Amino acid sequence: MTALVSIQDLWVTARGANGTETEIVKGVSLEVARGEVLGLIGESGSGKTTIALATMGYARYGCRISGGTIRVGEAEITALGEKALRAIRGRRIAYIAQSAAASFNPSRTIMAQVIESALIHGTASEAEARAKAVDLFRALAIPAPDTIGNRYPHQVSGGQLQRLMAAMALITDPDVVIFDEPTTALDVTTQIEVLKAFKAAIRDRTTTGIYVTHDLAVIAQIADRIVVLRNGEVRETGPIDDLLKQPKNDYTRSLLAAAEPAPRLRDEDAKSKEPPLLTVAGLTAGYGGLTDTGEPRIPILKDVALTIARGASLGIIGESGCGKSTLARVIAGLAPQTRGTVVLAGETLPPALAQRSKDQLRRIQLVFQSADTALNPTMSIEEIIGRPLTFYFGLRGEERRAQVRRMLDLTHLPSDVLGRRPGDLSGGQKQRVNLARALAAKPDVLLCDEVTSALDTVVAAAILDLIVELRRELGLTTMFISHDLKTVRAICDDVLVLYAGRQVETMGAAAIPETDHHPYTRLLLASVPALRRGWLEEEALAAREGKVDLSLAEGCVFHPRCPDRIAGTCEIGQPPIRTTAAGGVIACHLPAG
Amino acid sequence: MPPFQRYLAWLGKLMTGDAGLSLVNGQPVAALIGSRLGNSLILAGVTALVAVPLALTLGITSAVWRGSLYDRVVGASTVMVVSVPEFLVASAAVLIFAVHLQWVPALSQLGRINGLFDAIRVFALPVMTLTFVVVAQMARMTRAALVDVLSSSYVEMARLKGASQMRIVLWHALPNAIGPIANAIAFSLSFLLGGVIIVETIFNYPGIAKLMVDGVSTRDLPLVQACAMLFCAAYLVLVTAADVAAILANPRLRQG
Repeated sequence: MTALVSIQDLWVTARGANGTETEIVKGVSLEVARGEVLGLIGESGSGKTTIALATMGYARYGCRISGGTIRVGEAEITALGEKALRAIRGRRIAYIAQSAAASFNPSRTIMAQVIESALIHGTASEAEARAKAVDLFRALAIPAPDTIGNRYPHQVSGGQLQRLMAAMALITDPDVVIFDEPTTALDVTTQIEVLKAFKAAIRDRTTTGIYVTHDLAVIAQIADRIVVLRNGEVRETGPIDDLLKQPKNDYTRSLLAAAEPAPRLRDEDAKSKEPPLLTVAGLTAGYGGLTDTGEPRIPILKDVALTIARGASLGIIGESGCGKSTLARVIAGLAPQTRGTVVLAGETLPPALAQRSKDQLRRIQLVFQSADTALNPTMSIEEIIGRPLTFYFGLRGEERRAQVRRMLDLTHLPSDVLGRRPGDLSGGQKQRVNLARALAAKPDVLLCDEVTSALDTVVAAAILDLIVELRRELGLTTMFISHDLKTVRAICDDVLVLYAGRQVETMGAAAIPETDHHPYTRLLLASVPALRRGWLEEEALAAREGKVDLSLAEGCVFHPRCPDRIAGTCEIGQPPIRTTAAGGVIACHLPAG
Repeated sequence: MPPFQRYLAWLGKLMTGDAGLSLVNGQPVAALIGSRLGNSLILAGVTALVAVPLALTLGITSAVWRGSLYDRVVGASTVMVVSVPEFLVASAAVLIFAVHLQWVPALSQLGRINGLFDAIRVFALPVMTLTFVVVAQMARMTRAALVDVLSSSYVEMARLKGASQMRIVLWHALPNAIGPIANAIAFSLSFLLGGVIIVETIFNYPGIAKLMVDGVSTRDLPLVQACAMLFCAAYLVLVTAADVAAILANPRLRQG
């Protein structure tokens, strides 16, 4: 069988701001047979998106295809001019981008954009294209298929937009579809629905695909064969099972290890018996002012209670918008609270930042998700880490520098970064600086807000190791916010599950494998892709798609999406709280088991 | 009456259309302005008719061919033009076209216009001077707004759907750049108001800017006040119009 897509010795160069050229894809060769889905896996900077785009004869601004040949069917992409390429793009090869929200034009209706390539290439009349689009919406399990096309992109959810983009790609029945990290920006519970829709669409049409991702577990569900890339070079190629079971390359092995993070806490690390250091009770927060009944107009958190023992780590988990970042901000005093108390080592903290003493401020430090925006780009690393040292301890000069060096040591950063600026560092190094800045204040409690989610898996794994190491060395108490169950499981003693600002379950991390959970926790657990083939087909998740309703005053917040809800019970009254055999606490109307 | 109350009384009368009497010749200020306003509006209107399409064309084309020789030439010349003050442009234009070449009259006397050719001759110099000043600003801001949109993900998506350059610019990019472009136009046109003062004076054009300058030199305060008010109002109207255009162009804002 001859390959439908064949790339031979592809080179792509990028021109930097000062005119120097760097090679970002170095002699990559790969083939995709008709009807096959090839996975391109690698970290950021591995060249995976660049290669996928090159298949369409396209290079981003400042980049160019500098060598090699690309053939798709009969067409030699690398020999075609702009006009001939236009005739192929969107017709023979279609593209599904990572961020659907950014890839839809905000000022055009969805339908107009979905059928655009059919009209450009003249594959259908407008009426035919519309009818076909509605069929595709239906096939991709998009709600309200007949009317959703009349909406604008900002009016539909991220998961729906991602599927609408698949419809946009499939409208011309292309020979090859390129999926560029199409589920990376989605929550796990949404990702699984989108993956299922993609998988069904690929199967029904025997689509040839190139699937780009950094997530091995995702690609194991979709692809037949995988190409592992690093720094613009192919590290390993092979059928998916071989690669998962017998990786030949060291780099593939490290990717596999990072994809299944091993628990990092040992028995002697158990801290749950220690007296509580941080206690939060009845915490309610929101914005938009208060209603007549004294509730926030737009509620974010409702009656959240938690305790963290000295030296322990509590994981906060939930989907985007569940209020987990707000929780950290309220504890740190950055966001106002409506009700509730935050007690640190027996001392009740004033709600607002301005009312807290310098020492109270020092004892709780927040590490933000994105080091890129949290670190001032015009300051040197020494200034960034030195500021809390001067502010809290009045250190200056040599004394301060010695302490900054100690912080660099602690976070395994080379001391030559002292004089450099955040822009000169890699993503992982920046996150280490971000941690070092917080540690410089010698905090009692460290609030980590999604500190690994913007990082590549291998780099993120190293940061997790660092956090556990710091906990052992400094006896640090941490609250670790994440949307990723695997991460939380790897480094936390206890886990708190948030849904729509309500705490639906609290449990020891050891209880995660148990079966007695809140239905939402079950949904979350079941949505995390397993690192093997066939998981997607076996996983019969019945949760309904639904909008998270923060303002729901009556009943269980999760009942609109709950697969096991009891009609007439779940929508009325606050769910009762019960304790499971494993010691977890669940707020649910359903009986145990 | 204290000045504050006198000012409020004047403001109240202004709302009803009574701008008071000129201190110099005792005529109603409203009538004085009325006789000149039309002339100024014609000048501004003709300038806008020439400048806006020219600026948009320059801005859009240089955004589309970003980084090309054309873009660099347009970029460099707009910077040059922006940095030259309008009185210099006006004086140089008079020197070259009126004095040396004698193609057009140095003074714009509206009373002696016979036919289209004469009109062009009379308007040529003031319009050219004003255009020079506003086109550069507008073109640069249009280019910046469009470059921003053209580097967005949805434009890349359109390109990967096989859309032509023309379709990408007109159908995908421009609707999203209307907000900033409308603001650039409003900003430049309001700059026109400042520009006309110098241009009307140099070419002795009988507009309201010239009237205001005469008012200042004769210390005719009611006249100066009314003219200043008029310029402010024009500025506010332009900026509001731009904001309305931006809201109408954005479905997110349009539907509340």
